[in-house]
Amino acid sequence: MITTYLFYFLSFLAIMFALMVVFSKNPVHSVLYLVLTFFTIAGHYVLLNAQFLAAVHIIVYAGAIMVLFLFVIMLLNLNKETEPHKSVWLKASAAVASGLLLVVLVGSLKSAETIVATNAFDPNIGLIENLGKVLFSEFLLPFEVSSVLLLVAMVGAVMLGKRSIK
Amino acid sequence: MTLSFLIYKIILVVVVFAVTLVVAMYSTYAERKVAAFLQDRIGPNRAGPFGILQPLADGIKMFMKEEVIPGASNKALFIIGPSLVLLTACMTGVVIPWGSPLIIDGTVYPLQITDVNIGILYLFGVISLGVYGIMIGGWASNNKYSLLGAIRASSQMISYEVAMGLSIIALVMTTGTLSLSQIAEQQHGWHWNVLVQPLGFFIFIICAFAETNRAPFDLPECETELVGGYHTEYSSMKLGFFLFAEYINMFISSAVIATFYFGGYNMPFIERFVQDPNWLAILGVVFLFMKIVFFIFVFMWVRWTLPRFRYDQLMNLGWKILIPLSLLNIVITGAVMMREEIFQLLFK
Amino acid sequence: MQLTNRSKVVVKKEMTLAERLYIPAIFSGMIITFKHLFRKKVTIQYPEQTREVSKIWRGQHVLKRDEIGAERCTACGLCAVACPAEAITMIAAERKPGEEHLYREEKYAATYEINMLRCIFCGDCEEACPKEAIFLTDRKVESLYTRAELVYGKDILVEAIEKDKRVDVTVRETPEVAEFKAHKEFGHNTVFENKKN
Repeated sequence: MITTYLFYFLSFLAIMFALMVVFSKNPVHSVLYLVLTFFTIAGHYVLLNAQFLAAVHIIVYAGAIMVLFLFVIMLLNLNKETEPHKSVWLKASAAVASGLLLVVLVGSLKSAETIVATNAFDPNIGLIENLGKVLFSEFLLPFEVSSVLLLVAMVGAVMLGKRSIK
Repeated sequence: MTLSFLIYKIILVVVVFAVTLVVAMYSTYAERKVAAFLQDRIGPNRAGPFGILQPLADGIKMFMKEEVIPGASNKALFIIGPSLVLLTACMTGVVIPWGSPLIIDGTVYPLQITDVNIGILYLFGVISLGVYGIMIGGWASNNKYSLLGAIRASSQMISYEVAMGLSIIALVMTTGTLSLSQIAEQQHGWHWNVLVQPLGFFIFIICAFAETNRAPFDLPECETELVGGYHTEYSSMKLGFFLFAEYINMFISSAVIATFYFGGYNMPFIERFVQDPNWLAILGVVFLFMKIVFFIFVFMWVRWTLPRFRYDQLMNLGWKILIPLSLLNIVITGAVMMREEIFQLLFK
Repeated sequence: MQLTNRSKVVVKKEMTLAERLYIPAIFSGMIITFKHLFRKKVTIQYPEQTREVSKIWRGQHVLKRDEIGAERCTACGLCAVACPAEAITMIAAERKPGEEHLYREEKYAATYEINMLRCIFCGDCEEACPKEAIFLTDRKVESLYTRAELVYGKDILVEAIEKDKRVDVTVRETPEVAEFKAHKEFGHNTVFENKKN
């Protein structure tokens, strides 16, 4: 099965790049590895027959959001000299918090049941027509609420970006 | 998927790739000729008759030049930058329908490498990745001018991508498909999309100028302010990659404009003279290339006519004019498409 | 004061909507450049074509010899004094017995150099010369790679001794020039026509 091998290959790459995001010293390298991670995830979407989702994932995350990340990091010129010193207490609390998160994750994965797809495999399920129909009928409310959320975020950004009027 | 089909696809890929490179090569020559003619000069005419070997001479010169990698640069990223720019530039040609399908012995051979059902989104994704090469290259050079060029490129690309996407949404509303081959097919005869979407076309072509970093939007590499912008530190063929990618982008965006708005490979009234579908397909390729050449000329014509925008003007145009205009375009398109329903709602 | 009828008074008024759209301006600009596509090209393709020059065009200098082949220059230095660009330098030397066939006068220029990078080809040296020794010719000064090469010495400036290789300086000599030359008493910066009367 070629898709199984592809799945393992992509998963391996995704995990490797995700680890590289955390471990690379240079923030610009981190962002670039994150972009590669997004690409592998888009590959997973293609394997799941969701081409639309894959394309939008690349356009939105790799094409716009990560470019802005990179933009900001380049402008800030972050490097070792400018890195703020963190105290031992801070590091210890961070380790404890992330350890707890790990425990929660492992616990929830262990208790999770494997979901069996109820309906038969439909190759057209990821197409944009079907997605649009579902989004605008079954999931209309969450869809519109999320768009309101984005609007709120936009208005907030404009308010923050505006110079304060005295 | 039979073996012959696979071989056919490989041949098509190689041909499209080669044609893209040759057209880009001769675009550099055409650029110099057009610039010269618009300025009452003759242009390159020494290498070969009318100077048609000039691109070869330029290419050889590029390869022979000394390769300089700045000592303080990030070497791996410095090399990845121009490679990525050229890669993304070459990747876009895949979804463009170059002609209607050939039918030989009952087998259909489409003149399109792959007909993705989300062709427009693919195109968009690849275009939006093009900025990474510029950003990485500009940052890895470890030069202030390069960094400024890279930052300008990224903010410009992001700003104009929004307006471009919105203008395409209006187009998709009228065509009802994201596949480029279907869009081209729908424009059979006189049903060119530019007649349906004149404002959308206008916004799209302005955004195409901005996305290809061509004048009057060539702020990322503007010589008068930033030395060379993001490619200040580049030399030899790596510089050539950056310059070459610009011409490939110009070729592809001309092809996209022709396919989206000017009927692609269709030419009205041609069916009256030619009936054979294979001949029609071949003629279609010729017509598409005529349209592409025309738009490449328009790109050059604009470059050698208009002065460069100031940066605040660029941002004002993108965010305050083009985005509201394209939103208005969507509203008008929707209202016209749903006119009967609206009438019923109002005057029932 | 109005000098030409092409001057335009700048008026800073509010732009109309059509002007603020810029689109008419853009299209008119593009039409202008498009018209230039079909204009006659002004390029002169240099080695094959050359720019048409006036008959009295002044090019590279020559130091003339007289009929028997002796150098006319007597190193008086008047050309160097007249030169506004200070391009001419020379060192004088005394003629030895037996050199009469080489130098016409008792004093001659041992070295005579013109810096072609400084020279402005005004022709004042030619007019200052009392011995008809230096002339500007219709030849072009070639382009060279170093500054030192462009300081021309006697080896380049003095014409060949063979009669058939002499430089013809009458090409530039229109009747007006010839008449001007006949009246050497006129100063350099006075207009010839005024002095004649």
